Amino acid sequence: MDDFLPLLTIFLLAVFVGFEIITKVPPLLHTPLMSGSNAISGITIIGALLMVAAEGQLSTLLGFGALVLATINVVGGFLVTHRMLGMFKKKD
Amino acid sequence: MTDTLIDLTYLVASVLFILGIKGLTHPRTAVRGNLLGASGMLLAVVATLVTKEVLGSGTQGLGMIVAGVVLGGTIGATLALRIQMTAMPEMVALLNAFGGAASALVAGAVLAASSAPSTQTSVATVASGIIGSVTFFGSLVAFDKLRGLMLPDKPVLFPGQQPLNVLLGLTSLGLGVWVVNEPSALMSYGLLVAVGSLLGILLTIPIGGADMPVAIALLNSYSGLAAASTGFVLNNEILIITGSLVGASGLILTRIMCKAMNRSLMNVLLGAIGEENTSVQDADEVYAGKVKSASAEEVAMLLDGARRVVVVPGYGMAVAQAQHQVRDLANLLEGNGTEVEYAIHPVAGRMPGHMNVLLAEADVDYDKLREMDSINPSFEQTDVSLIIGANDIVNPVARTDPSSPIAGMPILDVDKSRTVVVIKRSLSPGFAGIPNPLFAADNTLMLFGDGKQAVLDLIAAVKDT
Repeated sequence: MDDFLPLLTIFLLAVFVGFEIITKVPPLLHTPLMSGSNAISGITIIGALLMVAAEGQLSTLLGFGALVLATINVVGGFLVTHRMLGMFKKKD
Repeated sequence: MTDTLIDLTYLVASVLFILGIKGLTHPRTAVRGNLLGASGMLLAVVATLVTKEVLGSGTQGLGMIVAGVVLGGTIGATLALRIQMTAMPEMVALLNAFGGAASALVAGAVLAASSAPSTQTSVATVASGIIGSVTFFGSLVAFDKLRGLMLPDKPVLFPGQQPLNVLLGLTSLGLGVWVVNEPSALMSYGLLVAVGSLLGILLTIPIGGADMPVAIALLNSYSGLAAASTGFVLNNEILIITGSLVGASGLILTRIMCKAMNRSLMNVLLGAIGEENTSVQDADEVYAGKVKSASAEEVAMLLDGARRVVVVPGYGMAVAQAQHQVRDLANLLEGNGTEVEYAIHPVAGRMPGHMNVLLAEADVDYDKLREMDSINPSFEQTDVSLIIGANDIVNPVARTDPSSPIAGMPILDVDKSRTVVVIKRSLSPGFAGIPNPLFAADNTLMLFGDGKQAVLDLIAAVKDT
């Protein structure tokens, strides 16, 4: 349990930070917010990397599946968000 | 690299993610924000690659990593570059699905790799497994419904649905207890994921097409929570921080969407629209003899004389892919000295912000895309409101009839403008399944036809006048 409380603290504080920033995102950008947040939730890629390298066939296999999916999220998410945001222009 | 250095790198990456989302608070800073987020990700991945657990794992592990990244990167880049802006809800549904699945897989891999996991690890693994599989299959159902593949757009309801969902929820918790008590029995985790998957499907099929913005936002939140609980599995702070940011983001969007429909989250999740004791007026009674149909030429004359025109887009505009034609029409009117703005209802379309992206794609200046609360007071000074493919979000019944299924839903007050022009194929009802008295109002003209063709006709007619 030694690790648990600090992690729980981080979790709760991050939720509050999330609420504070995201409330300020205008409806105009809600779609890029969703695709962009999908991209960063691809952070699971880190866990996937560790698991591919871990010992044991099953965990390597599961880790590989996770790695492919998480990479789709990271690459697809950031790229499609970039594409979308490039369209929001102001003339004049 | 030492562990401290790696943890510090993760911390920097977390800060970059937060700054990245912060960038999204304004379109001017948004592109930079997204790039900050992407560099944070790159940093985190590189830091993980150089740890001794990964680098020291031998060439076989590295080979698989390269293969996985190349495969995933290719699929991701292809999707991102090929997807049409109208299909963005499907894209986000897929990304939600993959995020959830990746978290459940990593948690399963940890369980398979460790001989005696701590209670924290096994409990968090259970959470990742349930949330991840619900997210994956729920998002696939959402994707299917949005694409119109196998499942109907309408809510799928059957007797005993709620008790069955409760039963499945309890079963998955029971299996969770088994996983925690006997982590070496991987069978239990497999069953847990199977039950979670079934639950994900059953929870999403009752959600109908126009409620998709809520479903997608909620699944977005789940995919974040799945990542956060995988962080507890791995004792990894950056997963926890990032997952909770995304979880919070999805929850906020869910709340905004529900508020914009004046419905509770429960009501949306149970697919209950039109289910309660609501009175629905007879369509014939509402429309008979009162609907005025106009030609493109008549509408063009109106637009030509208008000083202020407000365009109200809905899902129909996305279906007809008419956003570019709408922009052409607006440019033409602006060339004649008319002021043109766009009124965006929060739940117009199939996901939060859907209409904004489509109009931005068509090169509409984002300052002209106005939110409901800011544009509503201006309808009284508006000469023509041009409604393209929207229905329930402009139905005045929401204001007047407390027994209507959409009672209390905030709407765009288009009926207060001098003239309302509705471009629509027919008088068929919107998602709520109720007739719209706006179509029969004295100041409303119906321009029947396909969205794109009708706007093209309007453009031609305005050029002629």
